[in-house]
Amino acid sequence: MDKTNSLYSEVEVNLETAISVGLTENEYLKVCEYLGRTPTYTELGVYGVMWSEHCSYKNSIKQLKTLPRSGGRLLVDAGEENAGLVDIGTDEKGKRFAICFKVESHNHPSAIEPFQGAATGVGGILRDIFSMGARPIAAFNSLRFGELDSERTKFLLNGAVSGISHYGNCFGVPTVGGEIYFDDCYFDNPLINVMAAGIVRADKVATAAASGVGNPVFIVGSSTGRDGIHGASLLASREFDEQTEGMRPTVQFGDPFAEKLLLEATLELIESGAVVGVQDMGAAGISCSTSEMSQRSGVGMKVDLDKVPLREKNMSAYEIMLSESQERMLFVFDKNKVQKAIEICNKWDVPIAQIGEVTEGGMLDIWRDGKQVCFMPADSLVLGGGAPQYTREAIKPKYIEEAKKFDASKIEPKLSTEEIFWKLLKTPTIASKKWVFEQYDSQVGTNTVDIKSGAAVLRIKELPEQGIALSIDCNSRYVYLDPYNGTKIALAEAARNLVCVGAKPLAITNCLNFGNPYDPEVYWTFQETIRAMGETCRLFDTPVTGGNVSFHNESQNRAIYPTPTIGMLGLIEDLNKTISNGFVKENDLIYLIGYTYEDDLINYNLGASQYLKLIHNDNVANITSININKELDLQRLMLDCITNGLINYAQDISEGGLAISLAEKTILSNNNLAAFVDIKEIDLTNNKYNNLLLFGEFQTKVVITCSEENALRLHDFCSKYSMDCINIGRVQKEVFEIKDILKTSKEQLVKEFNSLANIMK
Amino acid sequence: MKYGIVVFPGSNCDRDSWWATAICSKQDAEFIWHKDKVLPAGLDCIILPGGFSYGDYLRCGAIASHSSIMKEVITFANKGGLVIGICNGFQILIESKLLPGALLRNASLHFVCKDIFLKTMNYSTPFTSRIEKNKIMRFPIAHGDGNYFATPDLIKELEDQNRIAFKYCDQDGETSQSANPNGSLNNIAGIVNKKGNVLGLMPHPERYSDPALGCDDGISIFDSILDSIG
Repeated sequence: MDKTNSLYSEVEVNLETAISVGLTENEYLKVCEYLGRTPTYTELGVYGVMWSEHCSYKNSIKQLKTLPRSGGRLLVDAGEENAGLVDIGTDEKGKRFAICFKVESHNHPSAIEPFQGAATGVGGILRDIFSMGARPIAAFNSLRFGELDSERTKFLLNGAVSGISHYGNCFGVPTVGGEIYFDDCYFDNPLINVMAAGIVRADKVATAAASGVGNPVFIVGSSTGRDGIHGASLLASREFDEQTEGMRPTVQFGDPFAEKLLLEATLELIESGAVVGVQDMGAAGISCSTSEMSQRSGVGMKVDLDKVPLREKNMSAYEIMLSESQERMLFVFDKNKVQKAIEICNKWDVPIAQIGEVTEGGMLDIWRDGKQVCFMPADSLVLGGGAPQYTREAIKPKYIEEAKKFDASKIEPKLSTEEIFWKLLKTPTIASKKWVFEQYDSQVGTNTVDIKSGAAVLRIKELPEQGIALSIDCNSRYVYLDPYNGTKIALAEAARNLVCVGAKPLAITNCLNFGNPYDPEVYWTFQETIRAMGETCRLFDTPVTGGNVSFHNESQNRAIYPTPTIGMLGLIEDLNKTISNGFVKENDLIYLIGYTYEDDLINYNLGASQYLKLIHNDNVANITSININKELDLQRLMLDCITNGLINYAQDISEGGLAISLAEKTILSNNNLAAFVDIKEIDLTNNKYNNLLLFGEFQTKVVITCSEENALRLHDFCSKYSMDCINIGRVQKEVFEIKDILKTSKEQLVKEFNSLANIMK
Repeated sequence: MKYGIVVFPGSNCDRDSWWATAICSKQDAEFIWHKDKVLPAGLDCIILPGGFSYGDYLRCGAIASHSSIMKEVITFANKGGLVIGICNGFQILIESKLLPGALLRNASLHFVCKDIFLKTMNYSTPFTSRIEKNKIMRFPIAHGDGNYFATPDLIKELEDQNRIAFKYCDQDGETSQSANPNGSLNNIAGIVNKKGNVLGLMPHPERYSDPALGCDDGISIFDSILDSIG
């Protein structure tokens, strides 16, 4: 332990300092073992951040490795690069194209500074995409807040939406979809999950590995300041408490214009052939990018921190290594092409500075003020290398069995069916999100075909016949009650939203938001989620391309519902066949298609529903044990119907059930068409129909319309796939009607549906 | 004919303008870098595209109006060359004094991206001659600062001289306040200069020029330009 003397440590390191940077006693001992000595203060800080939950995935990686992470159309295995890469086909000249996509969380920063937190979340995910050489073509988000009845929640919603709008609009990526939920469990811990997708020529993908001893290492982009220090290690890797408010300086500050310049410069650099490897700097900044890029090729780096352009005076090695200043990239250039790289950066007015070079031996050798401050094996720092990996204790939470005993269909609501309908329609989780989405530029890039459906549809200019669809989904109320089936339902819903626009699901990315992993009950829900995801993705043949885990989403008061947000990518082979996002023709027939579960008959799938939340103000009851094979049959049926031009529109049944699903489509149809339905036609309970059927959130079912001429063929197709096919109504003019229950004008529906805009005024 | 599309570092509709002119309208189109000090030869029309030219942390378009390429664009316009500024391009034209008035923060104080309806007020400009008479067009808007403002005298002058090219309206062509998405005076969506060779508008014709996206009302502006160049 006396070999420190050759290295400089500004502060004497001991167990106490180790704990202050977020390490445990055992982890500190492990660091000393790797180094064969006491670490310097800077080294300690780097281990602290690299072994934090946020960077090391130490409590999740063993579980994540059980997921299907390769195969299908995946061009790289999960975790190998900054984002997943999926083959979408070749153009007439034989050039192969891929979609690069990923979802990430920016929960903790957004809880204390929503505007910058959300903005830099968008910036971070965009850098993951373009650091692979892909031009971003779409952004999405999944946002969750407490109930919208408090000023704090309104402040958070307004801040997050403004932040996303500010960053995405200026950068020039269309924000084409997302979901927003309001539930009390997110009051202290809002979730800001952001997803982006980009397109790249498969043979032009950049790698995040350094190689070639002697090649120079450059920082490209903004200068480095003190913002974001300890963002990953202390803010994002623990729960909120009374100290959290004082951590606002750990939130980064975003500059979308700098990011736009960095995008153009990065793509031009990659195109020029000067780039050996590139990685964006997000969490853990220089520490993470230098160690991960080195480790991937088994090399080391010698870095002189005096060369890093700084925006503040007197920054220490520790601060520079841990800064999370935004809009920066680490590049390794071919040593013979440096001049070309400098010219490109000068053209775009993007700062560029050489800070070191690639070395043999796998060591990170860091200097500041002529003193050596770090000399540590890159491999010992990173996930998959020396970073710790744990399996935590898991215990099934007691509430789960308790909640199942509740029979939601037995409640006697004090409201009429009609009153329930109107209340559901304007509840913020269900109501129109127009107030939010109109603040996002959804069209820049001129690829946006449809954003009104459950999945966004984009054309691909490079492959004119084709398109892609992307969805982002998770109803966490289900996951809370039954993590295993709830996760399957989230995946099924994401896939159903894709097939409803005619897209075949190809791959997923996930953002796993949970509470404290050291709580055995939380860990059990995490394990169950992963088990369900592995099984379902194997059956769907949609491998997991990557994503992120966000633990510690809890405060002293409450933990969030387990929330595994699923981003799913689908391919549309023939864009001309994609179907409309609303009703098309008067007198088209409305059908309910799908598989009937036993629960559909017993409790109308009211468990976890928005109906139950409204009537009972709680999240209880049994949820459907979804059958993924049946779900697959339904999805194949849908694709078959769409390919054969049988149906004019399709939609799944989600929050609020059938009644809300039909009302939403009536509202979104760009014409004066509306739905007429008679629920007596729904022969689920041998004609003992119940009004509650209207609000059941059925799985493995969709609502479609087709012309009378196609009705017979539709029945044939459904029997081929053994799916029920029930005509429940037809499309009529102007009046929305549920026979004997509700009759209203489209105008009235629109008015009630726009409740969010009034709340946010 | 040949379009020149100016690329400021923060332009983000430059490639969309290229797609609309080169692919949809099938004309020559080339990019012009903001640091250039001469224009390419043989240009018939210059497009200042949408985006956030220099980040727009200062007044939108203010820095762009001082860029070296804008000196050339101003000379080109003063000689009668056709110039069209879309969204941020409109803001730059105003900051460069090629068009009068000001574009303020939207009345809602929020960025707004949605489809709006447009009424063509003057069919005799080089940018509007091929628009079908009395057709109410559907265009998308996407801006935070599109609230057109001017002194009463200037508004009167614009109205009297028939220099308001487009007004926001509803589906039936009524230029009502409820159809005004940003608070613009007199529902003004686009204006031309005195000579009629410079058009600035907030809505994005280039975004609705390709039938593959479900609406191509915008192509009529590029058809008009082509027609006037001959």
